[in-house]
Amino acid sequence: MGSARSRLEDDPVRDEAFRRELVGLIPHLRAFARTLCGDPTAADDLAQDAMLKAWDARASFEMGTNMKAWTFMILRNQFYSEKRRSWRQTQLDQEAAERTLVAVDDPEAPVALDELRQGLAMLPIEQREALVLVGAGGFAYEEAAAICECAVGTVKSRVSRARRALQGILESGAYTRDGSAAGEAMSSILAHAERLSQAK
Amino acid sequence: MIEQQPMKRSRTKSPSLDEARLRQQAIGVRLRQMFDEVVNEPVPDEFLQILRKADEKRPGEN
Repeated sequence: MGSARSRLEDDPVRDEAFRRELVGLIPHLRAFARTLCGDPTAADDLAQDAMLKAWDARASFEMGTNMKAWTFMILRNQFYSEKRRSWRQTQLDQEAAERTLVAVDDPEAPVALDELRQGLAMLPIEQREALVLVGAGGFAYEEAAAICECAVGTVKSRVSRARRALQGILESGAYTRDGSAAGEAMSSILAHAERLSQAK
Repeated sequence: MIEQQPMKRSRTKSPSLDEARLRQQAIGVRLRQMFDEVVNEPVPDEFLQILRKADEKRPGEN
């Protein structure tokens, strides 16, 4: 990544090409930010910061390589560096977590978007981002690994844990039921996911 | 009479594996939909304004 220093700083043609591609990526940056932040306003702030960072760092970008992955990495780093995390960690209750994985009446029943959104927000952040990058962002495992700066195998296991946990959350209805009842199911799922991600 | 499974899975636990797979597909579809919903939103003017402002500043020598 460190070979960019020598590039000319003032290259209007290149800048324009870069700008055009960057602008085309804004919708994707917004979508990724939304899954990290939840709150749309905070997400747009994050996406704007990432966009500006990318613009300022344009000299270090190798034109023709994957700008989407590059900007996603910038956005992600920005997110973590500013600790815009709003999720909660809960206590571990393995048995309860396993009980929540029950059979569904109709496995093909559509998943409500709102429930999914809430369920996704309950996932540990590293699972959520892995699932979003691979399952929605259109990235290959290898690209997601580069974005998250971790091993490909790590991404794979995070994605599969995320899928399992999300399924459990949706099936147990942990996302809707009010306060106390929901809290229990929710924390057991989180605990399950947390236990999985800590198990080596 | 032995019923041949067309798709042999490594964990031959139960038919609920297929259910789980279907469920995962449904979740996957929704996940993409959720993401694309934001992708398809019009980009707020603010983004382009910010970028334009940054563009006007010639890169400083740092």
